[in-house]
Amino acid sequence: MQLIKNKAVTQDDWTFVADDEALTSDYNIVSLTRWKKERDLLVEQSGHLGLRLESDVIIEDIADDLAKFQLLELFFPVFTDGRAFTHARLLRSRFGFTGDIRVSGDFMRDQVFYLNRVGVSSFVLNDQDNAQQVIQSMDDFSVDYQQSVA
Amino acid sequence: MNKHIHMYQYSDKDQTLINERVTQFRDQTERFLKGEIPDDKFRALRLMNGLYVQTHAPLLRVAGPYGLLSSKQVRKLASIARDYDKGFCHFTTRQNIQFNWPALERVPDILEELASVQMHAIQTSGNCLRNTTSDQLAGVATDELEDPRPYCEIIRQWTILHPEFAYLPRKFKIAVSGSTQDRAATQFHDIGLHLVTNDQGEVGFKVFVGGGLGRTPVIGQVVRPFLHKQHLLSYLEAILRVYNLYGRRDNKYKARIKILVRETGLAKITKQIEAEWALIKDTMELSAARIEEIQLQFALPAYQLNAAQDTSYADKLKSNADFAIWIKHNTVDHKIAGYRAAYISLKAPDCPPGDCTDSQLDAIADLSDQCSFGMVRVTHRQNLVLADVPQADLFSLWQQLDALQLATPNIGKATDMICCPGLDYCSLANAGSIGVAKEINETLDSMDYVHDLGDLKINISGCMNGCAHQSVGHIGILGVDKKGVEWYQVTLGGSSENDAAIGERLGPAVSKQDITAVVKTLLEVYLQQRSHEDESFLATFRRVGVRPFKEKVYATH
Repeated sequence: MQLIKNKAVTQDDWTFVADDEALTSDYNIVSLTRWKKERDLLVEQSGHLGLRLESDVIIEDIADDLAKFQLLELFFPVFTDGRAFTHARLLRSRFGFTGDIRVSGDFMRDQVFYLNRVGVSSFVLNDQDNAQQVIQSMDDFSVDYQQSVA
Repeated sequence: MNKHIHMYQYSDKDQTLINERVTQFRDQTERFLKGEIPDDKFRALRLMNGLYVQTHAPLLRVAGPYGLLSSKQVRKLASIARDYDKGFCHFTTRQNIQFNWPALERVPDILEELASVQMHAIQTSGNCLRNTTSDQLAGVATDELEDPRPYCEIIRQWTILHPEFAYLPRKFKIAVSGSTQDRAATQFHDIGLHLVTNDQGEVGFKVFVGGGLGRTPVIGQVVRPFLHKQHLLSYLEAILRVYNLYGRRDNKYKARIKILVRETGLAKITKQIEAEWALIKDTMELSAARIEEIQLQFALPAYQLNAAQDTSYADKLKSNADFAIWIKHNTVDHKIAGYRAAYISLKAPDCPPGDCTDSQLDAIADLSDQCSFGMVRVTHRQNLVLADVPQADLFSLWQQLDALQLATPNIGKATDMICCPGLDYCSLANAGSIGVAKEINETLDSMDYVHDLGDLKINISGCMNGCAHQSVGHIGILGVDKKGVEWYQVTLGGSSENDAAIGERLGPAVSKQDITAVVKTLLEVYLQQRSHEDESFLATFRRVGVRPFKEKVYATH
């Protein structure tokens, strides 16, 4: 699966590690469940740590932990679930998260313009996506009416 | 466009955005036709461009922002009806315009035509922020505190391509009223805004949340009795953020904000909204300068100061009884002496309610240029209004409208029915609605009888989704499917105005062959029961209750 970061195809250093698997690299993304259970161990064992957030996460609940992560992954169970748009915006503008915010799962090319504007910085493409077209779609519009997250 | 027109004119930015939207949708349509976008994803994309796939053909819903159209825009609708459709269009209860027969692959061309006159179909469907609606008499009503349209335009811009709220749990509708009398059904919107004055004499908004029609009709509740104008957008943003995060996504019938309000409780959700708002209110203030800049675009036209001195109007009223009847029923007072607002009835007996042909549209555009500053308004009861007609022009206007079959003197009366497209066009419908409206019209063929019945709102929907607002009709008719046969449930006593109420069920559903006779019986019961000629159907119903209606109907049918 290709990764687009800051509007360019980039190599993905990160691995999502299932809850029952051992950490294998220095860039591990874990679930919120695992984080809650093993936080001290994870901080100790993983050089770089990422957290995968499902769409029903309450961002306020993890606010105090954000400094521990270099990456947050917002997972789309289905493209119509628009909660991640608010999550990204809150993470950036309210909780000041400056690391990478990536989206994965069932989002589509035609949503990346919005995602980019609410503060998402990287995109895990699905098999059918054409990376150049996805990058192009981030600029579908040259004007807007609302504040963007820089 | 006419630079003297008294409505919002697009900036370069507005125009760029809708042009780019056309380009985007053209590409999406091409990708879909090439099989590069799956059905479910294209469905979401086309809906947010107003495109449904219906029984016979796609249906394209075009936005009528707060119901205001220029004559140039009306002519464009006429040409689209001619070139891309079967020569007519349909005005909806949310002041939008629908075409019933466009070809899917030509929709991008239609959108391009619309963009050339500052129109679009963005977010007229789908689970997103929809067209903001308002009072058709905005700016001219005698009971108006302030013109709501500048706020509607500010909200329109905020809603368009809002990056955070493009994939909501369900559709979301906002309406704004600036008058004492609510003509925009604001209490039946996800957010209703009323311009009000506070104790300090400042003008701001009373904010209602959680109203809605459809399967579960609910009257909106007040979450904030007074909101200062500068906080309009931050407050809307707070409500939407709470809804986007907590609105139900597991069941589309429970996904509207009305259900969230009900399940969370008014006190708690108010607290959530206020808490969210407190965090953002200072970061997105609407400046007085910005409001004024938009207000200037809705500046009043140059009214003739001597319009009231004309004497021909009084003479014609005396000498022509038909004209006098039309004036009485189809025109209303204007805040400027010597002017009236004239309704164009789209409810002629033989015409499906809300439909308008291309030649009628062209003629209406000409009439608006001749006598109403080149503007036409769409009402939520599916009629049109020329809002600024000098009294000296009314007689000639009436004659011309009459020749076009647009002067049926029935505004607000029994034959001014709201009706959805029903089974004839809509793939959601369980039953016909246009046919029922036609039959009722045929039964009520005496205009004197219709006038004697007084103010009466009959709303007919072909399914539970309630596009024709049947639950707030004085008489509501809802089509249901019983084992493949069309039946109709009747409710009485609904209202979408200040005295908002949801209609009460009359009793078991009635068959298609009986529905018109049942309506006729209801009207007879009303005439027997009313205490005097001026007691309306609604007032009578509220006094006597459902019982006499029920007894008579089920004894007879």
